[in-house]
Amino acid sequence: MNNMNKHLQSQTQTARPPGRPARGGRGRPLAAALTVAVLLLSGCATNGNPRDPLEPMNRVVYKFNDGFDKAIARPVAEGYRTAVPQIIRTGVTNFFSNLEDVWILVNNVLQGKPKDALDDLARVTINTSVGLFGVMDWASEAGLPKHNEDFGQTLGRWGVGSGPYLVLPFFGPSDVRDALAWGLVDTQADLLHQVQNVPTRNELLLLRLINLRANLLDATRIVEEAAIDPYSFMRDAYLQRRQNLVYDGNPPREKDSAAEPAPLQPVAATPAAAPAAATAADVATAADGAPAADAAPAAAAAQPVRSGDPQAQPADPAKSADAASESEKRAATPTLAASASPRATP
Amino acid sequence: MKPFVAWVAGAVLACCLIAGPARADDAAPDAQVKAVTQDVLSTIKQDKDIQGGNSKKLAELVDAKILPYFDFTRMTQLALAVNWRRATPEQQKALTQEFRTLLVRTYSAALSSYRDQVIEFKPLRSRPEDTEVTVRSEVKQKGAQPVTIDYDMEKTAAGWKVFDVKVGGVSLITTYKDDFANQVRDSGVDGLIKTLASKNNRQSDARNKT
Repeated sequence: MNNMNKHLQSQTQTARPPGRPARGGRGRPLAAALTVAVLLLSGCATNGNPRDPLEPMNRVVYKFNDGFDKAIARPVAEGYRTAVPQIIRTGVTNFFSNLEDVWILVNNVLQGKPKDALDDLARVTINTSVGLFGVMDWASEAGLPKHNEDFGQTLGRWGVGSGPYLVLPFFGPSDVRDALAWGLVDTQADLLHQVQNVPTRNELLLLRLINLRANLLDATRIVEEAAIDPYSFMRDAYLQRRQNLVYDGNPPREKDSAAEPAPLQPVAATPAAAPAAATAADVATAADGAPAADAAPAAAAAQPVRSGDPQAQPADPAKSADAASESEKRAATPTLAASASPRATP
Repeated sequence: MKPFVAWVAGAVLACCLIAGPARADDAAPDAQVKAVTQDVLSTIKQDKDIQGGNSKKLAELVDAKILPYFDFTRMTQLALAVNWRRATPEQQKALTQEFRTLLVRTYSAALSSYRDQVIEFKPLRSRPEDTEVTVRSEVKQKGAQPVTIDYDMEKTAAGWKVFDVKVGGVSLITTYKDDFANQVRDSGVDGLIKTLASKNNRQSDARNKT
């Protein structure tokens, strides 16, 4: 297990594109604290999710967050929702959403998506003018959908692996990449942080937080209803969600589909074995046929889950092709697949 | 990172949005999902009791209109992964039953937060001989990125059945997988059944009180 932690960790470090050292500057204490926490705690993993080597620490933070939420954040948000009419709350949401769109635009530029960036530009222009400083979201009405981007996604797009799952105090689910990107870059680029008058700035930040929490009241209720262990439920949902966002809804289908369906189907001859193999083939072709720029991040992202072999070369198309035929074999022999999955690595 | 919870809700909401009359076995899977979705949503819009928070009635609606289109045995099997084989047939039956109840509760909770989102379906890309398809849809909501809802469906003797729902790329099955695996590791298959049952009972108690 220890080996795997080192493995995961070294991926986080090596996955950073060459020539892009970790950012220092104003966010340095946060970065340092995170790094220390990661280093300290990666030694005490349980045999749970391989992407969550910090689970013991994460659970402690999760519990703290939950307590804070129940005692303070949720009651405040409920009060806000009762006191403030829906139409005003929508205006507040739209106003902050419009400010966010500026940074979303920048990230779309950084990710090389000029069409999305132009849409964002149009959104900001329309909503800031006709929409009265963003209070009304006319752009969505006009068929310009809002995008979801941040610097963590941009890094992911550039090929930076997510690293271990991380629960942040007060802010909840994240991972090492997203937490650093958010703490060091996103918050600095946040337009609210540019407000010079400190009391005004703090009031706006507080309003944004309360409004956000109020918008999530229904969601939390549903998660509580759905999950047996909300911690692992949130974690697994978060990791899938981020992967999906990085690839704008079309993530490479590697981990689960390629490696896991086999053990799910006890009988080798079940029809489901065929889709499993087909999926694996998809993965191989995607890695083969895609332009290098796309294939590299895909492979990098796939690496932590693809195998327990630290020597695995991420961007080797031949290997991907092998993987396809490999998982055909796996589909036929469930035990093989089980022993090849990262969880079974000692 | 925070807005992600919003979508969890939207996600589960999505699951609810599937429903509808299971008339013909040969009905196209996307047409089926669309019909059920519209049926359920229009029922909710017209029903004052449900809008007023009558969760029992909502649960009945979910049970009657949505759940017939899910293949719960396969869903439970997928969520249990390797542990499915380790369970006896009786345990498998109990697990399927409890998982089904849990999903009814969850869907009801999600549907009760349905407002006036617009749901669009994308053209189905499949060949006539396909026995597994993914029906893709998108929930549009003001001031937020649209949330995609994908239904993985399988052709069975009883028509097309859903065996996984992905909301914003998050698979219901994958999300439950670890949750279930942890329970089984800590307290065995019976432990998982017990946990599910007590969660289901607790929720219905809470519901009866309100």
